[in-house]
Amino acid sequence: MLELKAASRHFGGVRAVDGLDFRVAEGEIVGLIGPNGSGKSTAVNLVAGLFPLTSGSITFKGENLESLPMHKRLQLGIARTFQNIRLFSQLSVWQNLWVAQNSPEDRARRGFFARWLGGQKGVRREIAELLEFSGLAAKQDELAANLAFGEQRRLELARALATRPKLLLLDEPAAGMNSEEIGQLRSRILQLRSRGITIVLVEHVMELVMGVTDRIAVLNFGQKIAEGTPAQVQADPLVRKAYLGGA
Amino acid sequence: MDFYYGMAQLIGVHTLLGLSAYIVLLTGQVSMAQAAFFAIGAYTAGMLTVLAGWHIVPALGASSILGAASACAVGFPALRVKGLMLVIATLAFGEGVRLFFFNFDYQIAKGNIKVGPLGGEGFRQIRFFPENGWTTFDVMLFIWVFALLAMAVLWWFDRSRYGAVLRAVGEDELAAQSVGVNLTAVKVSAMTVGGAIAGVGGGLYAHYTTHIEHSSFNVLVATFAIAYPIVGGLSNVFGTLAAVIFVQAFLVEGLRDLGDWRNLLFGALIVLAMNLRPHGLFGRRHA
Repeated sequence: MLELKAASRHFGGVRAVDGLDFRVAEGEIVGLIGPNGSGKSTAVNLVAGLFPLTSGSITFKGENLESLPMHKRLQLGIARTFQNIRLFSQLSVWQNLWVAQNSPEDRARRGFFARWLGGQKGVRREIAELLEFSGLAAKQDELAANLAFGEQRRLELARALATRPKLLLLDEPAAGMNSEEIGQLRSRILQLRSRGITIVLVEHVMELVMGVTDRIAVLNFGQKIAEGTPAQVQADPLVRKAYLGGA
Repeated sequence: MDFYYGMAQLIGVHTLLGLSAYIVLLTGQVSMAQAAFFAIGAYTAGMLTVLAGWHIVPALGASSILGAASACAVGFPALRVKGLMLVIATLAFGEGVRLFFFNFDYQIAKGNIKVGPLGGEGFRQIRFFPENGWTTFDVMLFIWVFALLAMAVLWWFDRSRYGAVLRAVGEDELAAQSVGVNLTAVKVSAMTVGGAIAGVGGGLYAHYTTHIEHSSFNVLVATFAIAYPIVGGLSNVFGTLAAVIFVQAFLVEGLRDLGDWRNLLFGALIVLAMNLRPHGLFGRRHA
């Protein structure tokens, strides 16, 4: 479904991502782990279209993503969340989800005028479903800025889902969460997979990564140093060295 | 009574000017070019009624279209710059337009006098209203039809998904793009709608004052355009209206008796108002 071939991104002399080969098949949950600064977020940003590749290629369902701006990639079905939460903090929870309804399905179902100049009535039910899924139904009219941290994370996930993604890139969704919240996130991620959404999970919280992923790729200094099932990766000496240091 | 009607005309036209900046400000763009679109509308409508003999309504339609078109043209390059750079770029455009009209001559003979824009002398005798026997009251009503129409349209936008998208772009462009918002389309459309509103406002301004010149569209006017929605707050269109009334009726006219002290107090009162209501007269109380 998603394929990075020798993908590189250099910032001046820094090789943030360096010759990365990485594939994701439809329906998979793939983990992307590595020490801080290993290029995980940069890889996600490359797929999402935040900046262009220095070299290499990225294809999604056989289509080359290179020249597509972010909003076009979203229409192909690639959505993401951010490592540092980026909500529309002065909009309500409800409006945050409303703004995200830009999928081809939404375009097909509603005409231009209904989609842009229509009021809240027509879309109330779909957004109610998302709010229910995220456990935010009671907060729908709250400003996003007034939510607690965990709720903001959930809203960001819900906002990505409002774009009806086929591939969801989660950039450290569990950062700062307690273990109860991580448990909830885990069950949400598994529910999303059962709905047919493919997921790339960038994460430091091993409790989550090891529990939900089918396969894990490990990055260090922008290069892939290991790939395999959670058990294989945990046993890999190179991975242990990258994380723990030592000779 | 005519004084109050005249005051209401001024407030109506400045409300249009403020609203033209309001929608652009929602997307986080600070545009100092609104006075230029206002000028383009003013000269267009004036020339059409005076030189081409059009009725004012189609003339205003034309000034709105020309205002929108020039704002759209400014909107595209403006996408590349943000913040202070955008302020400077739009300021330069505004001054360019003003200087164009400073040098713009297009006069034709009408009876035994020549009419039309004449460079630094300005464009005199835009007399559609007096020639057709409109009273000050009629003109005031006419202006307010357009001001209320613009308020209604923007109010509707604010309640629609478009309004939420505009505000989302204003808050975080990157996050907006990441949920599929086409930044170019949204920012340019906001500029275009703003240009259309400023164009109509300019056309009305030319006709109620009957005389325009380049200095009617200087940096001060551009500053007023963005000051109204900022002082009034970006929560809804009534903030802009309230700010226009506060500035034009209270600060400019209400304090006229103070003479030279007025200008000093003018600034001080705006600072005071912004301190008491940092999110604008009609803004949220809490961030």
